Amino acid sequence: MMLDIYDFYDKMERNNIMLSFKGDITSELLTSILQIMESKLDNLQEEPKIKKKVYNVLVECLQNLYHHMDEVAPEQNDVIRSAIFMIGKIDNQYNIVTGNYIRKENVEGLKKRLEDINLLSKEELKEYYKAVLNNGEMSMKGGGGLGMIDIARKTGEKLNFNFSPVDDKFSFFSLNIKISQ
Amino acid sequence: METISIEGTPKTPTITFDTGKGFLEIKGRSIPENSIEFYKPLVDWLEKYAGKPQAATNVNIQLEYFNTSSSKCILDVFKKLEAINKNGSAVVINWFYEEDDEDMLEAGEDYQAIINVPFKMVQVAE
Repeated sequence: MMLDIYDFYDKMERNNIMLSFKGDITSELLTSILQIMESKLDNLQEEPKIKKKVYNVLVECLQNLYHHMDEVAPEQNDVIRSAIFMIGKIDNQYNIVTGNYIRKENVEGLKKRLEDINLLSKEELKEYYKAVLNNGEMSMKGGGGLGMIDIARKTGEKLNFNFSPVDDKFSFFSLNIKISQ
Repeated sequence: METISIEGTPKTPTITFDTGKGFLEIKGRSIPENSIEFYKPLVDWLEKYAGKPQAATNVNIQLEYFNTSSSKCILDVFKKLEAINKNGSAVVINWFYEEDDEDMLEAGEDYQAIINVPFKMVQVAE
């Protein structure tokens, strides 16, 4: 198969993609992506407030991908363990898109959690965050379910997500985050 | 009494803990993937310090960024400080935030609402 690279380029150009990555998500990779994005945000001379918001949300999105790599068993092939990430900026709005495989049995739980977060007002999100922070069990990796609440709180937007069935074992989970100025 | 310190990295903060002066500072960024591992030594030092604290303990938290994984560990640190405060050392937590960084100010207020220790919100220039 020959990929039409111009078509690919054109789509990325039209969506003003600043950075994208597909593959295995490692700690070193995240360090590099964050460094690149930080210098890009500096070059764009974003207000410190926006820069911090974008950076913070980016950290949560990328670390979500990182922590959920392990959920897909290591014996799975590289394709299944792989994830995708893109960040772009159109008309003063940053868009972060992530995609990763998820085990079918975990879809309903995650879907419910995201839907519940989307029902909450700004004030309710603050209370929910504090409740999970204070009472929630901490997972071994330290995620503890705060990431999505934090993203919803910082962006002030509903979480826009989708699950596409892949096969009998996996679905593909995608998340589209908007950060407006 | 000793001074304990951890040098900062692009993903982890600089930690200084002068047990003789009762001064603890966490400064920089706290965005490691595994924050439990990172904060474990600090939680242990606080545990030790709690046995023989100074009359007053001053804590400066000056973070540019922190992830949600760190937020639970920071809460654990504050819970240790809460216990130290209860056992006779007057603890004050100074929470620094940059002008216009409402998210950081709000994060400090979240902790203030949970932890029973006096907080001072300190605004600094960008």
